[in-house]
Amino acid sequence: MTVLAVTEQRRGELRDPSFELITAGRQLADDLDSELHLAVIGGDVDGYADQLNREGVDAIHTVADGEEFNHDIYTQAVTAMADAHEPDAVLMANTVNGLDFAPAVAGQLDVPLVTDAVDFDASGTPEITREQYGGKVETTVDIEADQFALTIRPAEWAKAEGTGDADIAAFDFDLDESAVRSTVTGFEEVGSGDVDISEADILVSVGRGIEEEDNLPLVEELADALGATLSSSRPIVDNGWLPKNRQVGQSGKVVTPDVYIAIGISGAVQHVAGMKGSDTIVAINTDPNAPIMDIADYAIVDDLFDVVPELIEEFGGEAS
Amino acid sequence: MKVLVTVKEVAEVDDEFAIDGLDVDESYLEYDLNEWDDYAVEEAVQLSEANDDVEVVTVTVGPERADETIRMALAKGADRALRVWDDAIAGAEFLDPGTKAQLLEAVVEEEEPDLVLTGVQSGDDAFGATGVALAERVGFEWAAVVNDLEHDVEANDSSVRRELEGGVEELTDVEGPAVLTIQTGINEPRYASLRGIRQAQRKPLDVQTLDDLGLEESVLETQVELTSMYEPESESDAVIWEGAADETAGELASFLRDSGVVEG
Ligand SMILES: Cc1cc2nc3c(=O)[nH]c(=O)nc-3n(C[C@H](O)[C@H](O)[C@H](O)COP(=O)(O)OP(=O)(O)OC[C@H]3O[C@@H](n4cnc5c(N)ncnc54)[C@H](O)[C@@H]3O)c2cc1C
Repeated sequence: MTVLAVTEQRRGELRDPSFELITAGRQLADDLDSELHLAVIGGDVDGYADQLNREGVDAIHTVADGEEFNHDIYTQAVTAMADAHEPDAVLMANTVNGLDFAPAVAGQLDVPLVTDAVDFDASGTPEITREQYGGKVETTVDIEADQFALTIRPAEWAKAEGTGDADIAAFDFDLDESAVRSTVTGFEEVGSGDVDISEADILVSVGRGIEEEDNLPLVEELADALGATLSSSRPIVDNGWLPKNRQVGQSGKVVTPDVYIAIGISGAVQHVAGMKGSDTIVAINTDPNAPIMDIADYAIVDDLFDVVPELIEEFGGEAS
Repeated sequence: MKVLVTVKEVAEVDDEFAIDGLDVDESYLEYDLNEWDDYAVEEAVQLSEANDDVEVVTVTVGPERADETIRMALAKGADRALRVWDDAIAGAEFLDPGTKAQLLEAVVEEEEPDLVLTGVQSGDDAFGATGVALAERVGFEWAAVVNDLEHDVEANDSSVRRELEGGVEELTDVEGPAVLTIQTGINEPRYASLRGIRQAQRKPLDVQTLDDLGLEESVLETQVELTSMYEPESESDAVIWEGAADETAGELASFLRDSGVVEG
């Protein structure tokens, strides 16, 4: 009986979710009364295996094929490991690369997949807790299968600590090169430019609640009046209203200002990933149930078009 | 060349709502084209505009209500639409990504597209798995979370950028036929023109049943069962400033001054 957790690396480093997978994997293994095995695939696998040898890990299987993540190699290797070790569960992370290989692994193994778990209890029939409708509701789903695949939401479980005494061994695996039909040719850092929002002490951050590009001057004036820097959620950048270097979140910048004022931002998980480390979070939102309220220190439940002009006036600015 | 775009009508929940059984009460839901799919449709239409003989077909798994959303995609430039539905699907308890991938697999086998575009995820249940699950089933190559696409129509190969975390993009070459899951921001989705809306009324929108697709009802049997939906207990310990806008703005201003981060 095993749980097989698939770790992730990129450009010479293990990703944080790899260590979170150990914590969640141990929890799942305890529920299922089984061992926790890790899969380490690509790059400096021996070095990674040493770092991953933390408390709670029973065995680590390495596959050295590929320098960087490639979903074809990951899918083949994990499927082969699962065939060899017959795990009760294959655990992966709901990262961008997790989105790229977890459904394929589940398909290859012909097992059900549940993604983006925020909690689970597998002591009986595995029950997975996940969010729906942008975090406004939670659901539980039961998995009625002997074997299943699960992905966990990043940053929901703590990173595993301690030193383990896992057996580390190269997994006997022959890659079928002809089935590798995608090639990673490089990486590029995007979103740099003249402004670095991660340096700012105060961020006035604007979301889809602003409705139209023509309304942006309102928050620009507030930022000016406060001596703050303007940042935004993703849709504002997707729409081309602000440049990419203003985007806060998973695929934008991680910011930790003294004060983060979220204006018309719902607080989706990918946004929160970029700003939850702010000292003080203030939310201005018409929806009292918006997920941003869960992490806000102060909130105004009101229309931004009423509140922001008043605020500008408070600081001697003029709302147009 | 033929591009198949999966299109979902998603529900958005009003600020105030109530849950009835396993879903939000219908009266608090508003339906719209899934945000990610809007970008996928636009990407396909741009391909058809840039190249000769590219047909764009959309496919939706959904009830008749979705026709309005599908017509929107047609109005934006898709050539024809398929909608997969029948009483059995309507009666299914839960369409998880594995089940949807099986329905879409039958459509891919029938249509034989050269390229399939899906959204990264749907805004309501956010599984983010259907596109890649479909690719695996039909034996296509794939790439998830694509925010830039260059497609070589002759060779049917794609060069994509995958948007990773932390402002890093991965450049990847993908052999066709492929399924690409499209990320928001890849393009600027157009608004449907009045002319487009008029034309859309005349474009084919075919409904396909399980039977039409050669599928048995057993494809709807899933090992994943939705067992509850509830409003999560608020983790919020936020101080809520109450009152009229000038009062709440005043509270925030005092806080900013008192904490010393803002002068003036
Ligand atoms: C792979 C991936 C990566 C992603 N990366 C990021 C990322 O880096 N950053 C990011 O932000 N998102 C990211 N997203 C998108 C994310 O899931 C959300 O779609 C996005 O954060 C929503 O932005 P928003 O809060 O501005 O919009 P919405 O969710 O639409 O929220 C708008 C809010 O404004 C409020 N509002 C409306 N009108 C008013 C008014 N008049 N006054 C006050 N409040 C009002 C509403 O109540 C609502 O809460 C990513 C998604 C995926 C799948």
